[in-house]
Amino acid sequence: MIRFSLNGETVEVDAAPTTTLLDWLRDQRRLTGTKEGCNEGDCGACTVMVSDPDTFDELGPKALNACILFLPQLHGKAVRTVEGVAKPDGTPHPVQQAMVDHHGSQCGFCTPGFIMSMVVSHLHERTDHDDALAGNLCRCTGYAPIVRAAKAAEGVDWPPEWLDDMSNCPDVAPLGFAPETSDELAAWYEANPDATLIAGATDVGLWVTKQMRDLPKVAFLNRCRDMQRFDLSKPGWVRVGSGVTMQGFHPFAQEIHDSYGELVRRYGSEQVRAAATIGGNIANGSPIGDNPPPLIAIGAVLHLRRGDQRRDLPLEEFFLEYGKQDLAPGEFVEAVSMPRSVPDLRVYKLSKRFDQDISAVCGAFNVTVEDGAITAARIAFGGMAGIPKRASHVEDALVGKPWTENTVDAALSRFGVDYAPLTDMRASADYRLSAAQNMLVRYFHGRSGAAVDVRGVLA
Amino acid sequence: MSVAKPLPHDAARLHVSGAARYVDDIPRPADTLHLAFGLADVACGQITALDLAQVRAAPGVVAVLTADDLPFANDVSPSPSPEPLLSDGAVHFLGQPIFLVVAETHLAARKATRLGKVEIDEQPAILTIDEALAANSRFEDDPRIYARGDAGAAIANAPRQLEGQIEIGGQEHFYLEGQAALAFPQEGGDMVVHSSSQHPTEIQHKVADALGVPMNAVRCEVRRMGGGFGGKESQGNALAVSCAIAAQMTGRPCVMRYDRDDDFVITGKRHDFRIAYKVGFDDDGRLQGVDFVQYARCGWSMDLSLPVADRAMLHADNAYFIPHMRVESHRLKTNTQSNTAFRGFGGPQGMVGIERVLDHVAHAVGRDPLEVRRLNYYAAPAPDGPGTGKRFGAEFSPQHADATGQTTHYGQQVEDFILHEMTDALIASSDYEKRRAAIADWNASNALLKKGLSLTPVKFGISFTLTHLNQAGALVHVYQDGSIHMNHGGTEMGQGLFQKVAQVAASRFGVGLDRVKITATDTGKVPNTSATAASSGSDLNGMAVKAACDTIRDRLAVFVAERVQTDPEAVRFEGGHVYVGAEALPFEEVVKDAYMARISLSATGFYKTPKLEWDRIKGRGRPFFYFAYGVAATEVVVDTLTGENRILRADILHDCGASLNPALDIGQIEGGYVQGAGWLMTEELVWDNAGRLRTHAPSNYKIPACSDRPDIFNVALWDAANREETIYRSKAVGEPPLMLGISALLALSDAVSSCGEAYPSLDAPATPERVLHAIQHVRGVTE
Repeated sequence: MIRFSLNGETVEVDAAPTTTLLDWLRDQRRLTGTKEGCNEGDCGACTVMVSDPDTFDELGPKALNACILFLPQLHGKAVRTVEGVAKPDGTPHPVQQAMVDHHGSQCGFCTPGFIMSMVVSHLHERTDHDDALAGNLCRCTGYAPIVRAAKAAEGVDWPPEWLDDMSNCPDVAPLGFAPETSDELAAWYEANPDATLIAGATDVGLWVTKQMRDLPKVAFLNRCRDMQRFDLSKPGWVRVGSGVTMQGFHPFAQEIHDSYGELVRRYGSEQVRAAATIGGNIANGSPIGDNPPPLIAIGAVLHLRRGDQRRDLPLEEFFLEYGKQDLAPGEFVEAVSMPRSVPDLRVYKLSKRFDQDISAVCGAFNVTVEDGAITAARIAFGGMAGIPKRASHVEDALVGKPWTENTVDAALSRFGVDYAPLTDMRASADYRLSAAQNMLVRYFHGRSGAAVDVRGVLA
Repeated sequence: MSVAKPLPHDAARLHVSGAARYVDDIPRPADTLHLAFGLADVACGQITALDLAQVRAAPGVVAVLTADDLPFANDVSPSPSPEPLLSDGAVHFLGQPIFLVVAETHLAARKATRLGKVEIDEQPAILTIDEALAANSRFEDDPRIYARGDAGAAIANAPRQLEGQIEIGGQEHFYLEGQAALAFPQEGGDMVVHSSSQHPTEIQHKVADALGVPMNAVRCEVRRMGGGFGGKESQGNALAVSCAIAAQMTGRPCVMRYDRDDDFVITGKRHDFRIAYKVGFDDDGRLQGVDFVQYARCGWSMDLSLPVADRAMLHADNAYFIPHMRVESHRLKTNTQSNTAFRGFGGPQGMVGIERVLDHVAHAVGRDPLEVRRLNYYAAPAPDGPGTGKRFGAEFSPQHADATGQTTHYGQQVEDFILHEMTDALIASSDYEKRRAAIADWNASNALLKKGLSLTPVKFGISFTLTHLNQAGALVHVYQDGSIHMNHGGTEMGQGLFQKVAQVAASRFGVGLDRVKITATDTGKVPNTSATAASSGSDLNGMAVKAACDTIRDRLAVFVAERVQTDPEAVRFEGGHVYVGAEALPFEEVVKDAYMARISLSATGFYKTPKLEWDRIKGRGRPFFYFAYGVAATEVVVDTLTGENRILRADILHDCGASLNPALDIGQIEGGYVQGAGWLMTEELVWDNAGRLRTHAPSNYKIPACSDRPDIFNVALWDAANREETIYRSKAVGEPPLMLGISALLALSDAVSSCGEAYPSLDAPATPERVLHAIQHVRGVTE
């Protein structure tokens, strides 16, 4: 039996493990304030607040998309929906009042989702509203009045005890299909190698909601707390547990380099980053996952485990071909290790929309220059091949040469040797190749201090 | 008086608390059935075998319907041309509904649709404008042509000529609430339908035909939509009809909502256009003749494509007087989703065409495009009165160029052209000249990032071009306690129509807005309504409600005046009181007395727009009651290495006449601008060679997100009364602001221009890929 708190009251649910919170709220509880806009985690109309007493991060309550959140992921947690944010006497939450005062709703359908994102953001006293709201789409207002409302609610008092769901989280017994430790997971998965592992469900969720797949055997990883830790014991390195969310990983990416931090900021949305894990982003083997290019460029090492057996693998060797990874049946990603600071790294994500879009091309450059000469180069791309892949010919054309525009120009033609990208709805093959080449040009000029980022430009 | 106050949306408190009900939120009995369509997976062909045994056997499935199972009309078309609900054997596009699953749950219905085995004898599909032209696949026999003068000769005789072409992509509506309907079967074969529709009367009509009953057996109710934007003018018919048929067959309530992917794949979008142009001009950039050929990709059925394409022709002039002009319009039939109404209804595409021409001409003569635009503006109105020549202008003498410079190519006089003053004001408030110089400096000193700036006008015609649609009805009751029940034919999709009209009602009775109950649009209360479309909602329904209120008010005035033997004209309704003679009576007291005196406290109201006269075949007359105007200046920055781009600042001045509600109007302007900029920048629809829409979800179709709005976003109203007698002299505001977003496309063109000599010829949407392509073009880089 799954137990969690819903708007302050403990509920017990007996449902199929792939029942989404959204369907359950709307169909079983008649809590219809939480809306279905896309059923794939891209619009935020179903945003709810989830509190988890046991996380190792100190990030507190999170905004999550209920449409791709399976009920077992809530076991022992607390959920708050738009129906549960006003005071019991009906006084609206400050963000609700501000949205009325500043005309932040028109058709109103996206509004409950915005309210929930704003409630969470308000709780954390955040003022980076564009980031906090990047996962909520509005088609009516053009966002200006919503941001005005969010600003107006900044610092407006609110009794925190009312929204403090941490104390509402119920004590729970383990669920059979949600191991509590990595050891439990390892033993179970070795015995059940045909099972589907679900971490944040930001990918597997769509197998259920869009591909209509039945998942007969699943294991939920979110209760394996020991896989959600950082290990800093090796000097200069950090070992990131595969269950760490992108939200939890963000400060470390920022420490590696600002541009990696910016990449993670643009990864999905607030709601997606709070659910998606770094292990999931690697293990699903997507050619357009955003972490592999920078991780390959900085020489990250993957820690794999099957039963009691463990092995380490340079990340670039993990991706074999499209849809195929170096992963044995019953083996899973336990952690990934990476250097803590890489000053030469730059990461460039190219997409039609800056926020919450999937990369057409994601390039990561890590070129070492000593005394004007290139001594090492690690360059990796997503979106340019069936797997995240190094630009080895480009690297060869650089290493040993002086760090000059001529060297860069001479290396550009090597991109065509390294990559034969595809044309799809995100970009044409020609554009992908041109843009990848030009990213090296940008890297060269950017390292010498030229303005290369349109997001840093003001009117 | 509540009119002109910046009041919040009437449902704002319900929105923020999650209590506002949409179709799928309406409490429904536990035995309600759920519907989903099985879709064609090829773009063109003939069904040769249909095996639905596994669908029928799937868990939870109650019934499966094909075209043969439909009791009456298999038609959901909003136009005279047929549009089958379920395929009659022919497959016209990839995504066409072939069968209908009725099941116990939404999920069971969706899952079962995947189990159908449909064999289709596939035929070559016509997907693109070129393929349609090659096959002569079109609606209407020949292209439609609107012309004035002799454009060909004027272009040939002009000092300079150029020609070009622009591709303009379509746009998915992406209303946050997908299409939805819910039907409750009634006794005696009657049906009640709740629909997320801009056009309840059309729903009523199509449901009645599908059930084989007269319209009086069907009632359609619409409290609100979660966004419409034109996408719910006709595209909801299929769901409402399906629910009604299934409800009639099973005797159980039936609900249907499209999954977002189905919504993308089934429903029509904004028409994508190709516009080719030839233009003759002088060395200053003054236009002498323009020849447009507009190609509209309409999709598989006629839907609303003819009036959409007409409106594109009617906006091919935008704000410019073009002495000799010819517009040729091709309405092409393709094996793709049937494109439909979308905010602006063809006007935006026509306007992009002429704005592109002005930009191109300015580039050719080496002037700031703004100067060339202003040079070609319609003439400002002369002071009224004899001797000014205005009365004897060329209103209906289209064969000759109009010496006054105030007549459109279709013969309508532009009577209140206020863009000269509005442009002056925006130049000043946006600091245009200084920023133009600063941008030149920036571009000179930055190799990789380039800025651009563009100021463009909007002149948008207000009225349905199908003249008979310009009518509206209202029903107003005053109850004996003094509370007021207001109903009209307009629908609420977020634009704030209900609030604006309630403000009118409260003002007519001189009472507070809290006395006026806003009620769901209901075909049982107000019949024969037009779609809430063409920006007409408040113009039409505001006037109809005013008429109904005034009828009741006049009865009350006569009643109270009689009691004190005074003139009813002297009775005033203000501040919740009725002033008669020396007395100030509380409104509710007067109402109660009137009830006791057996005065009718209920009235209908009706309105039809005056002055309209339009021949759409000849392209002559006055299709519009008036024009709404706006100006926008947008500044952008472009990365010349990747084509990535961003809006930095937008300044807008928009004409709402005397605003009924400035807060709601500004909301329409901000939202319209961002939606228009999204259309032209990030929102790209991509079909593959098989006709499959590859951008079928928000994961790969990118409407603007929060950070895409301009960093600096200054919006102001040009607050001057409409010269025409509209409701409180306001102007329509729904569609016109969308076209302010055109300034973003032309600002990108300006930025790209700074990279080289050639004209950018930037197509839309200006994704990073298209921008980089244009940069390579102006630099003469061959690929």
